[in-house]
Amino acid sequence: MTTAVKAITPTYSEAFQSGVREEMNRNEKIFILGTDLVERGGHFAQVKGIAQEFGLKQVRDAPISEAAMIAAGMGAAMYGCHPIVDLNFIDFSLGAMDEIINQAAKIRFMFDRPVPLVIRATSGVALGGAHHCNSLESFFAHTAGLSLAVPSTPMDVKGLIKTALRNEDPVIFLMHKKLSGIRGEIGDENYFVPFGKAKTVKSGRDAAIITYGYSVVSATKAAQALEAEGISVEVIDLRTLYPIDQDAIDAAVTKYGRVVVLDEAPLFGSITAEIAATASERNFKSLKGPIVRVGAVRAPLSANPSMSEAAIPSVDQISSAVKQVMSY
Amino acid sequence: MTQLDKSTAISLLRQMMLIRDFEETADKLCLRGKVPGGMHNSSGQEAVAVGTLSAIARDDVIATTHRSHHHTLAKGYSAKIVMAELMTKSTGISHGRGGSMHLAEVSLGHFGGNGIVGAGVGIAMGAALGIQHIGDKKIAVGFVGDGGMNTGRTWESINMAAIWKLPLIILVDNNQYAVETFVGRVTGGGDLAKRASGFGLPSYNIDGQDVLEVRKYVSEARERALAGEGPTFINALTYRYYGHNVGEKGQYRTQEEITQWRTTQDPIDKFIEKVISLDFATQVEVDQLRASVRKEIEGAVEFAEASPEPEISTITQGVDSGKLGVQL
Repeated sequence: MTTAVKAITPTYSEAFQSGVREEMNRNEKIFILGTDLVERGGHFAQVKGIAQEFGLKQVRDAPISEAAMIAAGMGAAMYGCHPIVDLNFIDFSLGAMDEIINQAAKIRFMFDRPVPLVIRATSGVALGGAHHCNSLESFFAHTAGLSLAVPSTPMDVKGLIKTALRNEDPVIFLMHKKLSGIRGEIGDENYFVPFGKAKTVKSGRDAAIITYGYSVVSATKAAQALEAEGISVEVIDLRTLYPIDQDAIDAAVTKYGRVVVLDEAPLFGSITAEIAATASERNFKSLKGPIVRVGAVRAPLSANPSMSEAAIPSVDQISSAVKQVMSY
Repeated sequence: MTQLDKSTAISLLRQMMLIRDFEETADKLCLRGKVPGGMHNSSGQEAVAVGTLSAIARDDVIATTHRSHHHTLAKGYSAKIVMAELMTKSTGISHGRGGSMHLAEVSLGHFGGNGIVGAGVGIAMGAALGIQHIGDKKIAVGFVGDGGMNTGRTWESINMAAIWKLPLIILVDNNQYAVETFVGRVTGGGDLAKRASGFGLPSYNIDGQDVLEVRKYVSEARERALAGEGPTFINALTYRYYGHNVGEKGQYRTQEEITQWRTTQDPIDKFIEKVISLDFATQVEVDQLRASVRKEIEGAVEFAEASPEPEISTITQGVDSGKLGVQL
């Protein structure tokens, strides 16, 4: 009997490596700078081996100087390079917020000059407490001039980073730390995922959950559990938050009239509020009842695992939210 | 740098005179409400700008501060398009979108004034990284004021430039007052060159009222940068005659102090003396030069006032490329 050897599919982090490698091979103006990239390969192995393959000019270990790292990437981008600044954790962007929001985002508008800069980091809740688990998506999505990718699969990581590196806009590229080790198929060198195009992860008949990042996993679990109770829920992965796929949101609202919007950020002022408000402005008459938002409590993340879990939506909470929209 | 010749001397003098006339004219226009948002008058600081910009190449990069009319004019841009930008007209150097603090033309190496104190050094450092990455024979100059010398981002960038031997000059246009706060009151250690030298780069305190001294130090720094020897820090001591913003008198310094600088340390008067003593020009010729500058500034004001406002309908144009959503 012969056994087919099934190739192991790449991880979410390896998908990033793959996309970056392919683009670096065709464009010498792409380089990566950040902390602990050369030997360590980044905190999530996201650039492991790239320095060894491309050399120390293409992958630079930086001092822990977030403002200068972003400024370095931005100035080089204005000059004609296409840098990737890797902050490892998006929490660390707060030391460079002026460079990101006041500078990089506004240069094209004020000076008519593109800023082809990718700022990569992990986002979202895992262990590590209040300074390593922030979900800052709404800060960036709110800022004119920035685009924001939030992939949930290896396929989308690679497809989106390749799109970012072929374009000329500043992109905040957020990878969820709890997805770092998940495996999946990735596309070939000609596979690109455009920004602003959501994806249906699971189809449904009764209601939709609109989400992104790790919450796609939680939403899918909830949707599977609900199938047993006879409720069929579509799960939509937005993949990018700006540009956002308003057509897909509109389609879900008009098709079901029952919608849950989910993420891990504190609810007040979050991107889920934006989605729900815009959906009700555009398609109020299609709604059978209010859109229900599910997000985190308004508190910093605790280092205690149980407290941390309690802060963010559980699968049960997501299921309850779906039942609530089904009750209308 | 070669010996000072007549045509260079006259050119330096004319540039300084042009800046002085520009600033004093713009100041009056601003008080009449013609410059939206106010402006920062650089009168008194001409030698820093002209000494620096005359010592670098036309396509070298600069990134600068909120007080940057003098740097921009010294880089060779016409008074017309700078004046038009102050009036936020569509013919201005930043098409009316930048205004007095955001003069830029990135494609020709002017990476912008800046409303954020200290930000220019980071952008120039990034440009220097781009220059090094691509391998061009150029340098970047980051202007910063004495106020910016106490921002963390500035020193992060100086450190990064030092460790990577970037072709950068950090030029402190030190007019001694951060808005209304005397530099000596807020600067630990006091000696800025000594502070910078701790980062391991050549660092100098120089006379910013002597255009030839500024020119000499910048020229030598540029040679070192082009030779791959890395950045240089130059603290040029100068003085601004007017308030931080237009129309501000303030109680933070005495009239005697201002008069003392104007009558004994004026960079233009000092250089006129030199030019006459070297027989490069007579007093009559100096007066003729001043008259020609006057005419040029009058023309600039006419041009700016006659120029159209930007089209309001373009308000959301140029924020991003709009191409991230296109399937590649």
